[in-house]
Amino acid sequence: MSATVTPTAAPADRQDERLADRSGLGGLLRGFVDRLRSGDLGVLPVVVGLAVIWTVMQSLNPIFLSSPNLVNLAMECVPVGVIALGIVCVLLVGEIDLSVGSVSGLSSAVLAVLFVDRGLPVGVAIAGAVLTGSLIGLLYAQVFLRFGVPSFVVTLAGLLSFVGIQLYVLGPQGSINIPFESPLVYFAQQAFVPDWLSYVLAVLGGVALVVTGLAHRRERTRSGLSAEAAVLVIVRGALLASALAFGAWYLNRTRGVGWMVVLFIALVLLLHYLLTRTAWGRWMFAVGGNEEAARRAGINVRGIYTSAFVLCSTLAAVGGVLAASRLAAANQSSGGGDVNLNAIAAAVIGGTSLFGGRGSAFAALLGIVVIQSISSGLTLLNLDSSFRFAVTGVVLLLAVILDSVARNSRRRTGRA
Amino acid sequence: MNTPTAPADLSPDHAATGSVVTTTHTAAEEAILSLRGISKSFGAVAALTGIDLDVAAGEVVAIVGDNGAGKSTLVKVLSGVHAPDSGTIRFAGDEVTLPTPHASLALGIATVFQDLALCENLSVVENLFLGRELRLHRLDEVAMETRSWELLRELSAKIPTVRVPVASLSGGQRQTVAIARSLLGHPKVIILDEPTAALGVAQTAEVLNLIERLRERGLGVIMISHNMADVRAVADRVIVLRLGRNNGEYDARTVTSEQIVAAITGAADNVVARRSARTSIDPQETR
Repeated sequence: MSATVTPTAAPADRQDERLADRSGLGGLLRGFVDRLRSGDLGVLPVVVGLAVIWTVMQSLNPIFLSSPNLVNLAMECVPVGVIALGIVCVLLVGEIDLSVGSVSGLSSAVLAVLFVDRGLPVGVAIAGAVLTGSLIGLLYAQVFLRFGVPSFVVTLAGLLSFVGIQLYVLGPQGSINIPFESPLVYFAQQAFVPDWLSYVLAVLGGVALVVTGLAHRRERTRSGLSAEAAVLVIVRGALLASALAFGAWYLNRTRGVGWMVVLFIALVLLLHYLLTRTAWGRWMFAVGGNEEAARRAGINVRGIYTSAFVLCSTLAAVGGVLAASRLAAANQSSGGGDVNLNAIAAAVIGGTSLFGGRGSAFAALLGIVVIQSISSGLTLLNLDSSFRFAVTGVVLLLAVILDSVARNSRRRTGRA
Repeated sequence: MNTPTAPADLSPDHAATGSVVTTTHTAAEEAILSLRGISKSFGAVAALTGIDLDVAAGEVVAIVGDNGAGKSTLVKVLSGVHAPDSGTIRFAGDEVTLPTPHASLALGIATVFQDLALCENLSVVENLFLGRELRLHRLDEVAMETRSWELLRELSAKIPTVRVPVASLSGGQRQTVAIARSLLGHPKVIILDEPTAALGVAQTAEVLNLIERLRERGLGVIMISHNMADVRAVADRVIVLRLGRNNGEYDARTVTSEQIVAAITGAADNVVARRSARTSIDPQETR
C-alpha cells in the first residue's frame, strides 16, 4: 500500500484505493511473491523440479545433457505428450480418463492394420485410427452422461476392453511392422527441421509474442484500462526468441529439432488458444469449477463434457499413431506399460489440478519433459524399468501432494 | 440507515390475526409482473394455492414466510424452473408462460438464487459474462472488462479488481457480482432469494444499498427474506405467505414486526410473541 494510484488519472481498473501499485519490475516481483504465498504456484514447481532432475542426472551421467540425448528426449516426449494434452482436457472438467494408454494402443493397431495389412493410403489409415479414438470418446461421454457412471469406472472398463480389442485387431501374429521407408516412420524418426528454419521459427515465436502483446496493450489503453509496459512485452518476446534459438542451436549441433516436436508444440499452442481465448475454453473451466453454476448460466454442460471426453480419446489416438510411427511397429504392448500413468502424471505434474477447473495446455508440455527426463536419465544409468516405474510413481505422488497442498493454501487465502 | 424505528406499542392487540388480510394497495394496472391464482402441487402436497402477487417498476416487494410457506416454490415458478398447475402470469400487460429458465430470462425476469451460482475458480469478469461471452471464437476480454467496470460503478460496488478469482471475494461482494450478472441481460424484474442470509452487518448494509439502487434504476425487485429488519429497511410492500397461501399484504413503512410475525406464524399468540413477552425486552431482539 506504499504507492496508491490517484483516482483522477488512473485507468478504469486501477481506481480502487485499496489496490496496491503493482506496476513496473518491482511490482511484478511483489505480485509473483504474493501469488506463491497464496498457493498459486503456476509453473514454478515444475521448473524447479526440472532443474533438480537435470542437475542430478547430468552429474550421474554426463551424456544426459548432450545434444544427441536431448534430441532423442525431445522426440520421445511427443507421443505421450500428445496423450497428456487430452488428459488436461478431461481433468479440467473434473473428470479422468484412465484408458488413454489402451486407446492409443488400439489406435496404433488400427493404423498398422489399415496401412500395412490392408494397404490403404497413409492418410486414410491415420484418419481411421484417429476416428476410432473419437468414437471411443463419444461412447464414454454417452455412458457418463446417460447413466451417470463415474468417469473413472467407465474408462477403467474401457482400459480392459480396448486392450482386448487391440489384441483382436492385431490378429494371431500380435505384431505388425510398419515399413521404414513409409512417410509415417520417416516423419517420426528422420524428419528434422532445417537449421535455418529452426532459427526463423524461434524468432517468429518471439515476434508473435511481442506483436500480440503490443496489440493487446494498445486495445486496453484505448479502452481506458491499465496495460503492461511496452518494454516488458518486448523484453519477454526477446527472451522467448533467444531461449528458443539457443535450444534450437544446441539441438542443431547434432540432428536438430524433429518435425514431430514442432507438431507437438503446435498442438499445445492450439489447445492453449482454445482454452484461454474462446468461449469453449472458458466453459471448460466453468464446468470444472462449478457445474451447477455453469448449467444455470445457460452453458451446454453435456456438450462440454462430451467435447472433453472426445478430445481426450482423439488426442490419445493421435498419440498412438505417433507412437507406432516412432517405433515403426504396432504390437500387443503398444500403449501398455506406463503410457497410461505417464500421460496422467505429465498433466498433473505440469500443474493441472485433479480437482477440476485449473490447468493449462502447457502443463502437458512441461509435465512430459519431466517424466521423459526421469525415464531417459534412468535408462542412461542402465537402471531397468522397475526403477523407472518406482521413481515415476514417487514423482507423481509428489505432484499430487503439491496440488493438494497448494489447493488448501489457495482456500485459506481465498484464491479458489 | 437500515435500523428500523422501533414500534412504540408492544401490546399484541396491534398484531394482525392470521385470518385477517390487510391489503394496503394493489398496483395491478401499473404492475410489470402480475400473478393471479397461481397454484402448484407436488403430488398430494399443495405447495402454492391461489397466490396473487404484483410488482411494479421501481418497487421492492418483500416476500416473507416461515419454512415451507412456499417462498422457494414461488421463486421457482417465476424463474421458470417449475411450471404452475393453474393461474395466470402477466408480464408488462401480456399473459405469458414460463416453461424454462431461459424463457423467464429472455422475458426480463432475472433470478439471483441463494447459492449465487458463481464459479469460484473464475474471475469476476469471467463470471459476469459466463454463458454470454462476447465474440465466442476470440473472446473480447477488453470489452468485457470495460463493461464490467461500468456495471460495477453504476452499482457503486466495492470490488477492488475484477481479475481475481471470485473465491477471494467477501460474501457481500459475491452477492454484488451475482446481482450485477443478472443485470447484464437488462431485466425488468429481479428476484433476490435471501440476499442477506449469509452476510455480516456491513455487507448486509451494502447489499441493501444495492437493492435501493436497483429500485432507483426502475427495476421491479422481489426480495425473499427471513430478516424483518432488512425487509422493513428497503421494501415498499411486504407480502406474507403461510402454508402456500397469501396471508397478508402490508405497507412496509407502517407495518410493525409483530404484525408480520403474526401473519407468518398465523396467530398473534405465537412463540415469538410469547418469548418476547417472557423476556420482556426490546422487541427488536425477537427478530
